[in-house]
Amino acid sequence: MSQVIFNFFRRNPYLFLGTSTLLWFGLYQQLMPLSELLVASLPVARESHLGGALQFFFYDTPKVLLLLTGIVFVMGIIHTYISPEKTRAMLAGRKLGVGNTMAATLGIFTPFCSCSAVPLFIGFLQAGVPLGITFSFLIAAPMVNEVALALLFAMFGWQIAGLYLLLGLSVAIIAGVIIGKLGMEKHLEDWVQTMQNTQTATVVDTKAMPWSARLDNGFAHVAEIVGKVWPYIIVGIALGAAIHGYVPEDFMASIMGKDAPWWSVPAAVLMGVPMYTNAAGVIPIVEALIGKGAALGTVLAFMMSVIALSAPEMLILRKVLKPKLIGTFIGVVAMGIVIVGYVFNLLV
Amino acid sequence: MKNFKVLGTGCANCKTTMKLIEDAAAAKGEAIVLEKVEDLQTIMQFGVMSTPGVVLNGKVVHAGGIPSKATVESWLN
Repeated sequence: MSQVIFNFFRRNPYLFLGTSTLLWFGLYQQLMPLSELLVASLPVARESHLGGALQFFFYDTPKVLLLLTGIVFVMGIIHTYISPEKTRAMLAGRKLGVGNTMAATLGIFTPFCSCSAVPLFIGFLQAGVPLGITFSFLIAAPMVNEVALALLFAMFGWQIAGLYLLLGLSVAIIAGVIIGKLGMEKHLEDWVQTMQNTQTATVVDTKAMPWSARLDNGFAHVAEIVGKVWPYIIVGIALGAAIHGYVPEDFMASIMGKDAPWWSVPAAVLMGVPMYTNAAGVIPIVEALIGKGAALGTVLAFMMSVIALSAPEMLILRKVLKPKLIGTFIGVVAMGIVIVGYVFNLLV
Repeated sequence: MKNFKVLGTGCANCKTTMKLIEDAAAAKGEAIVLEKVEDLQTIMQFGVMSTPGVVLNGKVVHAGGIPSKATVESWLN
């Protein structure tokens, strides 16, 4: 039966998109009453600590998962229009500044897996994408991704997600411009230097894709991403719900709160470097820290540092970059993240 | 005999791709040569930017993710 429905929708992609969008919004509207209904059906007093925690959990979990699934699905469809090869062709030979902005923005939409960061890096240089612009892409792609944005949006609202997007892009753009200005090409490993500008950027797949295949890619993306991150999200929300009212709210305030000493932001960035996980993996920690009174800017700086600056990734990059360039890369990005942390703390 | 090379720096997706090709060939009873290429410089010489990539008889036929089962089967006869 489900197979029949599935095949029907594959033949009528627009109908599928219309129906599922309506269903999605309908469900999203009903989350609050549904969660209250669920708590009411349990033998727990709504006014009790446990009742409040359960309602928070029953409302937040489907909300975050629904938002994430929707955004990841749309991103899976967008990925069928834009490949790393197309992005590279668009960036080849661009000027500093405009090129960096384009690179960082394309970093959000281009399919990217951190395991192919190095081949991508060399591939860009080979086709004549300038070094600084390549870095802008490489910094933005993992940091400002749809999973991070969807989770921030679901948990803290669109203003925070928007601010993260803007500041994350700024870090990527400015760090790339600085690295470009410093003329660090000679600090690439020698075999990489000889490969620079040896290829013309070509776009491999230009053939039109049927909509059913684009939908398939959307489904595959959801299965891949949401299938991997849902346990982290549930742990994160459960943690958030559990400390809701049990742990004193100002537990972290003196070290990571708004009135914490000035060094709390750099310390958070430093702490994030040895940790290696994706956006979804840090969310439980973010949720717990904020629940205990840590300031948003300090926590987001920590989150950016975990995603963008990780020790294992540096080890892989060491294969193509000489120590001086790695050091510059870390220094510039860390500085940018610290500034973002301070700005967030000032604004929010 | 067909010669397959899977290009990738050793992530989980590359191993899955190897297994997909192996299984599809075994299911069809076709004998193939299957190699794994992990060396970055060799991978770059094929012009592949997003791994895993698949090379069939010296020609890149796939890049950037695990190929679908139908795609793998289309490479075999």
